[in-house]
Amino acid sequence: MMTLKEASIGSTVKVVKIHGEGAVKRHIMDMGITKGCSIFVRKVAPLGDPVEITVRGYELSLRKEYAEMVEVE
Amino acid sequence: MSYTIALAGNPNCGKTTLFNALTGASQRVGNWPGVTIDKKVGKIRGTSSELVDLPGIYSMSPYSPEEIVSRNFIVNDKPDALINIVDATNLERNLFLTLQLIDMGTPMVVALNMMDMVQSSGDKIDVDGLSKDLGVPVIPISAAKKTGIDELVTKIEQVAGSKSRPVPIRYGSSFESAVSAAEKALEGKVPDDSIRFYAIKLLEGDDDVVEKAPGARNGIKSAIDAFEDEFDDSADSIVADSRYNKIAEIVGKNVKRAPRDEQGTLSDRVDRIVTNRWLGIPIFIGIMALIYFIAMYDSTWGTSPGAWATGWLNDWFEGFGEDVAGWCEENNVEPWLSGLLVDGIIGGVGAVLGFLPQMIILFLCLVILEEIGYMARVAFVMDRLFRYFGLSGKSFIPLLVGIGCGVPGVMASRTIESESDRRITAMSVTFMPCGAKLPVIAMIAGALFGGSVLVGLYSYILGIAVVILTGVVMKKLKKFSGTPAPFIMELPPYHSPRLFNVAKSVFDRAWAFVKKAATIILLSSILIWFLCSYDFGLNMVDIGDSILAWCGEGLKYVFMPLGWGDNWEFSVAAITGLVAKENLIATMGTLFSVEEISEEGEEIWEVLAYLLGKAGALSFLTFNLLCAPCFAAIGAMHRELRTWKSTGFAVLWQCFIAYLVSVIVFAVYGTIVGQEVGTLSYVLCIVNIAIIAYLVWAKDPFRQLNDSEEVKTE
Repeated sequence: MMTLKEASIGSTVKVVKIHGEGAVKRHIMDMGITKGCSIFVRKVAPLGDPVEITVRGYELSLRKEYAEMVEVE
Repeated sequence: MSYTIALAGNPNCGKTTLFNALTGASQRVGNWPGVTIDKKVGKIRGTSSELVDLPGIYSMSPYSPEEIVSRNFIVNDKPDALINIVDATNLERNLFLTLQLIDMGTPMVVALNMMDMVQSSGDKIDVDGLSKDLGVPVIPISAAKKTGIDELVTKIEQVAGSKSRPVPIRYGSSFESAVSAAEKALEGKVPDDSIRFYAIKLLEGDDDVVEKAPGARNGIKSAIDAFEDEFDDSADSIVADSRYNKIAEIVGKNVKRAPRDEQGTLSDRVDRIVTNRWLGIPIFIGIMALIYFIAMYDSTWGTSPGAWATGWLNDWFEGFGEDVAGWCEENNVEPWLSGLLVDGIIGGVGAVLGFLPQMIILFLCLVILEEIGYMARVAFVMDRLFRYFGLSGKSFIPLLVGIGCGVPGVMASRTIESESDRRITAMSVTFMPCGAKLPVIAMIAGALFGGSVLVGLYSYILGIAVVILTGVVMKKLKKFSGTPAPFIMELPPYHSPRLFNVAKSVFDRAWAFVKKAATIILLSSILIWFLCSYDFGLNMVDIGDSILAWCGEGLKYVFMPLGWGDNWEFSVAAITGLVAKENLIATMGTLFSVEEISEEGEEIWEVLAYLLGKAGALSFLTFNLLCAPCFAAIGAMHRELRTWKSTGFAVLWQCFIAYLVSVIVFAVYGTIVGQEVGTLSYVLCIVNIAIIAYLVWAKDPFRQLNDSEEVKTE
């Protein structure tokens, strides 16, 4: 199983499933990261966290601890 | 007819610009009950309808205070209609909120904003098709260019008048059968108009709805299980997926995208440099330094515009005070009245209002950074460093500003979205040694440490350490800081600042500050003036015989373990520091009977050295750096924390931690330099270290979990 946290910078991945529950999971989905959508991993912040992705045509940044909840392929 | 119209939309979609365009100057800013979020209301121009600006939100989940406020307003206050502003350049994510609003059943119009940018990018949006598929009227507008505003106003009045509710959007058949099961279970328990919204929330397991209708979700458990089995996922995921799939379908049908430039937009190219792995932090430091040199700097290389303007106004107030004093003398005005006017009102309020020019320049810089979209990048670049202290990457800016003056520092915390980070930052800013504390630092350094720069360095490190300590501890106190919001943040495209928005935010903040100065700060200054000018017989006396001196007599016992000795003067000085920290020196000058005292108080250095010794002086400095800030800063904290309860708590915490740390400093440093340290100081020192260690390392030092468990078992 690969997660968004492990996806390499510059790659495009497809979301398989969102793990976890509660507010964080809800928020991840609200922001448009849902099953089947494609995500472009743009870059990582200068201190190594958070990451910046392009999803549904806009830029989103999220901490790696949350990126880990997104299973991708 | 006059209607109540609500304005809802995502953050960064031009909502503020549209609100300003619709309402012009007729705005009132209040706040939503129970939360520190601005509530703006204004009259829509050319109508008698009122527009309520809901906070910017991405969804109708019940997890952030913004979402709860919006949801409660739509459900409980029942606005006649809703304008949902949508960013046409970012349709998919924006429509996610739209679909939920449609389910709420309130008559609504979609304002399709930023159409000018869509056109210039070459994209084509079929507005009529979009309107047909969404089942609500869609009006293309550009809030920035003020196009389509009249059509929007006409349409929203018409929709509010006809009460035409949106046509619900249907998803798959198994989705709909689960929804109808949920609707049946909820009948009579929630408002009829919004039942579809609640039914879907019940499927998702939304805490708020599950609580509202106890047992309802268990009652339809078999329907939910079947639904989850069919899609092999949890219900909340299926709902979000279905919504986004529907949106993708609608957008695919109605939007024709023009091919994009290989290099990306201008915004992309800027971003590649600004948040670059290697350049990101140097650029951030450069921008911060630039702001500092524009608004704060005043030393060897000259005076910044901010420092110059504030220096000028301070001098003006001083001169004005002298003029009034002279005039009073010439015209034989009663001494109490002239004292009240000159020392109480002009001295107190002037000390605070003098900072206004500097604040305006500073806010101008910050608001521009916010407007162009750089603030979001600051959070992105600095997040890693700050999160461990319960602070956000954006906390850096208020703390930096706080080195100049705590008041704009506290007010700068407004730009932090997360309520928890914002509150913790607002109460930590004044630990940084501000400009007014510098003379005090110089005095102590000069009196006992041969003017060593190490005293200055100590002050800054102490400030940073206590900021971190406060962050770590307050993060654990849920009652004060709330639940921290997860860091999942949109990075909006960069754009040029809009003059009107910038001017308005700067004006709003400056005005709020002036109002504070004219009310609470005025009253507090008068109170302190009264206490140090009168005795209990209400005779005008010197400060040495005043009510305040009497208080100092009592307070000196409290401060003895800090090594301040048997001297009431120091506690009185600390109290007058509440008006402005530099007052400490003037007060001590008076108390130690010095005719004329210089800025850094050279005249009393010997007395200080004799009475306090090195360790006592360092603890005196420590306490005054950390304890309750001046009234102006407390006023600013109240503005950010909203309630006097929270503000009082913050001030208490500041005094508490100041006391704790000062005792430790005295006992430890006193031992090192071989000064006499009493047993009580040693005992308190050990107790204090234990308290701090407990607060830092205990998982739940405030016993909150136990409290809630007790409530449940009862």
